[in-house]
Amino acid sequence: MKQGVIVAAFFVALVAIWQAAASFSGWSPVLLPPPLAVAEYLWGAINDGSLLDASAVTMRRLIIGYVLGVSIGLTLGLLTASSDTANATIGSLALGLQTLPSVCWIPLALLWFGQSETAMLFIVLMGTVGSVIIATGNGARSIPPVYARAARTMGSEGFDKWLCVILPASLPFLVSGMKQGWAFAWRSLMAAEIYVTIITGFGLGHALHYGRELNAMDQVIGVMLVIVFIGLVTDKALFSPWERFMHRRWGTGLAA
Amino acid sequence: METVRGFDGAPPAKVAVQGVSKWFRTERTAVHALDNVSLQVDEGEFICLIGPSGCGKSTLLDIIAGLTKPDEGTVLADDQRVEGPGRHRLVMFQDSALFPWLNVIGNVMFGLTRKPGLSKSERQDIADYHLQLVGLEKFRNAYVHELSGGMKQRVALARSLAPDPRVLLMDEPLAALDAMTRDQLYGDIQRIWQSRKKTIILVTHNVREAVTFGNRVVLMSPPPGSIRQTFEISLPHPRDPNDPRLAAFAQNITSVLKNEVSREAAQ
Repeated sequence: MKQGVIVAAFFVALVAIWQAAASFSGWSPVLLPPPLAVAEYLWGAINDGSLLDASAVTMRRLIIGYVLGVSIGLTLGLLTASSDTANATIGSLALGLQTLPSVCWIPLALLWFGQSETAMLFIVLMGTVGSVIIATGNGARSIPPVYARAARTMGSEGFDKWLCVILPASLPFLVSGMKQGWAFAWRSLMAAEIYVTIITGFGLGHALHYGRELNAMDQVIGVMLVIVFIGLVTDKALFSPWERFMHRRWGTGLAA
Repeated sequence: METVRGFDGAPPAKVAVQGVSKWFRTERTAVHALDNVSLQVDEGEFICLIGPSGCGKSTLLDIIAGLTKPDEGTVLADDQRVEGPGRHRLVMFQDSALFPWLNVIGNVMFGLTRKPGLSKSERQDIADYHLQLVGLEKFRNAYVHELSGGMKQRVALARSLAPDPRVLLMDEPLAALDAMTRDQLYGDIQRIWQSRKKTIILVTHNVREAVTFGNRVVLMSPPPGSIRQTFEISLPHPRDPNDPRLAAFAQNITSVLKNEVSREAAQ
């Protein structure tokens, strides 16, 4: 309860500083719109449906790209953890991919796939896969080998060992891989939407882009807030249940 | 025991280690871990392997378990050649190796669900019976991190006993415990060994532990690991670790062990 009050006060104070800056800094409202103007934009954009449409387009791309990226990344990540050869080959490739910012894939994606949904997905996928492979692989390699040894003596070999021992033992690392993947997919998609304009759907990135083109700073800030909001909500909805489950079982992260 | 359905109480097995040698090779060096080790363990015998670190006692246990393949020689369990791990020879590890994603009963059930010919309720009964045997029936639904070190080892003991192995292999099972908990488990393990008639091979670096448990104490020496001397401990079980008659045995073994260590240091 007390915590809630502090959090609320913190954000009210942030908005108040913003308002004060808008009122007294002498900056033009075109450059720094007051909070109320942004709220007005958001209210209008929600009511005329444009914001929800853009969010829906973006979320659809994100979910498809993310699911693809995480499925491929988790599989390859576990593979790099189980074989030295796979680690030296796929693992090194993933490390290289991870250092390449996803924006760098845009020229290639445009030339290969044109201004299409495929180009979008390609960028999200390439931005996601590398980091998921690395996070999963690093995690799965740190599973104590004694688990697998104990399982083998109790008659768990091969597929059963992977399904009932390696997979649950790597759960904490799978979740951190999935979180990584989520963060990278979100960033990649925003970069792609800002740079690549395609006619099959206007996402949040486009809304941001047009806000700049039209000098509509209230729209720019409003869309940014929506992007943060979606990111936070997804993080909570997607990962909190898993993390609570793990903390209960593993006894980690429990505040004493 | 008769009251637990599906639980027939498999007879203990004898184990024969014949001329086993093992090298651990890396790109640069080869460590000669075991050199021509032979050991005969009778049905229902409690054998303790003891020796300074690096004498290959844990490697020998791994080879008997089937987790490591010997470079030379064979291991026979009841005249059957050991080719890989199997549920007739279960291992209890030093750090319990309990699975944190399962609760206590889930851990005890792990080996049981992989044992054919048992119904679900039989498995439940057997698991509950073994939790009772180690005195942890109240912690049935607890998670592993909620248990103390001694309780974890008790669960690990229940887990390796539940599928009714014929040989129990223990790799320094009490090494990570405090002295008081260890004394308690001295009693528990002896009681269970006597009532359940298992062949037990236990690896330890603690002389007092070895003489408390073992019918025979096998002293190993490095390098390369080989059997130095075997001691018969002709005292009835259950034994009190503070029994002065045990102290005489322990003293004898300790002095040989000391010679080993100083001989090695001199080399």
